[in-house]
Amino acid sequence: MLIVMTVLTGLIYPLVITGIAQVVFPSQANGSLIDREGKPLAGGGAAAGSALIGQPFDAPQYFWGRPSATAPFPYHAGASTGSNWAVTNPSQTDAIKARVAKLRESGIPAGQPIPVDLVTASGSGLDPHISVAAARIQIARVASARGMSEQNVRRLVEQHIEARQFGIWGEPRVNVLRLNLALDAVRAESRLAAVGAP
Amino acid sequence: MSAWEWAQLALYFVVLLLLAKPLGAFMAAVYEGRIPGFVRFLAPVERGIYRVCGVRPEVEHNWKQYAIAMLMFHVVGFVFLYGLQRLQVYLPLNPANMAAVTPDCSFNTSVSFVTNTNWQGYGGETTMSYLTQMLGLTVQNFVSAAAGMAVLVALIRGFVRRQTNAIGNYWVDLTRSTLYILLPLSIVLALALVSQGVVQTFRPYQTATLLQPTSYQQPKLDAEGNPLKDGQGEPVMDTVAVSEQALAVGPAASQIAIKQLGTNGGGFFNVNSAHPFENSTPFSNFLECLAILLIPAALCYTFGVMVKDTRQGWALLAAMTVMCLGFLALCVHQEYHPDPQLAALGVMTTDGADMPGGNLEGKEVRFGVANSALWATTTTCASNGSVNSMHDSYMPVGGLVPMVLMQLGEVIYGGVGSGLYGMIVFVVITVFIGGLMVGRTPEYLGKKIEAHEMKMASIAVLAPCLAVLAGTAIAVMTAQVSASICNPLPHGFSQVLYAFSSAGNNNGSAFAGFGANNPTMNLLLGLAMLTGRFWVKIPVIALAGALAAKKHIPVSDGTLPTHTPLFVAMLIAVVLIVGALTFIPGLALGPIAEHVQLFAAK
Repeated sequence: MLIVMTVLTGLIYPLVITGIAQVVFPSQANGSLIDREGKPLAGGGAAAGSALIGQPFDAPQYFWGRPSATAPFPYHAGASTGSNWAVTNPSQTDAIKARVAKLRESGIPAGQPIPVDLVTASGSGLDPHISVAAARIQIARVASARGMSEQNVRRLVEQHIEARQFGIWGEPRVNVLRLNLALDAVRAESRLAAVGAP
Repeated sequence: MSAWEWAQLALYFVVLLLLAKPLGAFMAAVYEGRIPGFVRFLAPVERGIYRVCGVRPEVEHNWKQYAIAMLMFHVVGFVFLYGLQRLQVYLPLNPANMAAVTPDCSFNTSVSFVTNTNWQGYGGETTMSYLTQMLGLTVQNFVSAAAGMAVLVALIRGFVRRQTNAIGNYWVDLTRSTLYILLPLSIVLALALVSQGVVQTFRPYQTATLLQPTSYQQPKLDAEGNPLKDGQGEPVMDTVAVSEQALAVGPAASQIAIKQLGTNGGGFFNVNSAHPFENSTPFSNFLECLAILLIPAALCYTFGVMVKDTRQGWALLAAMTVMCLGFLALCVHQEYHPDPQLAALGVMTTDGADMPGGNLEGKEVRFGVANSALWATTTTCASNGSVNSMHDSYMPVGGLVPMVLMQLGEVIYGGVGSGLYGMIVFVVITVFIGGLMVGRTPEYLGKKIEAHEMKMASIAVLAPCLAVLAGTAIAVMTAQVSASICNPLPHGFSQVLYAFSSAGNNNGSAFAGFGANNPTMNLLLGLAMLTGRFWVKIPVIALAGALAAKKHIPVSDGTLPTHTPLFVAMLIAVVLIVGALTFIPGLALGPIAEHVQLFAAK
């Protein structure tokens, strides 16, 4: 009986699902990989990332994602993990203090409260999103590091807000990797314009 | 918490309860052999399975034969799964070159998946090959769930039948549960999940170029692998540049679908359904969360149909829903009120239109607080144990909720099959207590409840309690376990208590910071899982046998009605009192002490 069940549920079932998935949803089934323009990766080109998995950012010209507890480096998508620190763990309090200090140093004035998602590690360590508030609070830093106007950066942020799914589920949010790819695309365009390319 | 979150939670329960009746009626028809038309094309497959396996479907078992068939099936499953993990390094479909799993971890994992616990001491993407995940773990996801449903159906037959030894054929119940119920639902769910971005592929791990390359420090090793020290005794560090991101993928969606539907909970990836490739969008989250309670809730209606009094099924469903909503409210409230110290540090935790707020450590932005707390509650109401947020980082009382729900025996909806048979055991105890109060012979559904039935019910209720409390007590005395605890003070004790509450009740979720993958914990938790599964299942099968042998007593003036709000309230009281009497001392040392520590210090 076990052999029959193994063939049915351990071979036929996953193979059928894989077959259908690869034909009907090829992009999603293989990890929603995207290219540098944020479009689904076609063919065998190099992926700029996955639309679903965050990447580590700490340079001033990029929007920063949530802290990540993966080892040995943040956003290590081969070994997902959360911090699993308790609320009462002193390491947790110290980590939050250090993250707040770093954000203050980056230019967020002392009076302005920092959205909680920017200073707490995500469950997976790979969270691709930050809250809308967490994106808005970084606009000034990114604009000045890139020499762009705050208005232009803000427009990009507003374009990248993902609403609640089907108008109901989840939370409004911003995909950090997609936003940063879009910022780099703007820079590439302006460079082309400067040298007078068509 | 805004109207949006209220709407999401309300929608969840509305859809769940609306689906209970049609699915419940469908399952009743399957178990009674009236295979509905739209799945009748599977009937030749069913007959083929019996022919290949030499099963004679018309021959029914007595309770001992039924129990032995179940045990034999699980022993073979255990041996197969153990072998598969130990040998995966020599077998195909291992693109990431996973090594053989250690003996103690293989033992623990095999017990865990065979008992429908799906406790995981390992991280999926760093331990198991695709073949092991598919051929071993996915299969046990199906059959351990089907085995739970089979035992429930046997118990229901015990109430329905009169003066007979036969309580059904284990192989038929197992096959029908898998073929007509679990498999079709899994196919639909798996494909829906892939459409949302859950991966389903046999390709090796993918790589992406990081937009901003990063680097990290690691200790420099000498030729023998020991860390090098400089003149001051500080370790010498190497800087390692990282320019690529390896993306773990695999045939995940097919396993995740059954992991949710079969209240298994064992994730494909380490962080389970918090992983964006395991639970990609808020809608996939809704589907996966719905799948946790879908079959357990619908089985209440199945029960009502099979005992020919649907009011009995609705009464149990009502008791479950009331308790679930109460615990959910507590958990949600706690998670929206994080550590007050954060505000002093300049962190904004209030929720608003542009941020989810609350206690977001260990939670994902796309789910926010409400959907995370909903999952934590439902996964421990049921014996699921999957997570979409890290319970270890919950508020003290927020984390107490899942712990208590497991300790109550996972009878609030509960595992597929196991939840309802657990609840029926509590019903037996409730009618017994009720009978004592009014001085009449206790009876339920026309069957007298006597000394033997009470003994079986008591064993079934007490065995998991023993596994939890004795296991925790032994574990905290061993040195290896003290070293596994990653959080100080009362929370460290909570981590151990949570682990045994989870294993002893076949849940599988964890305060995951607890390093449970060592020989001591693998052995202790393995034993707790075996106790919690089979010392409940076997007494329940025995109960089924004893009930089936009894004659039917017609309803009289002296019968305590078991479908009234009064009875529902009494059942809830019994469940809560048994749980409270057993576990409050332990809880006081863990989460309650931690709560006081956090809030009284201010």
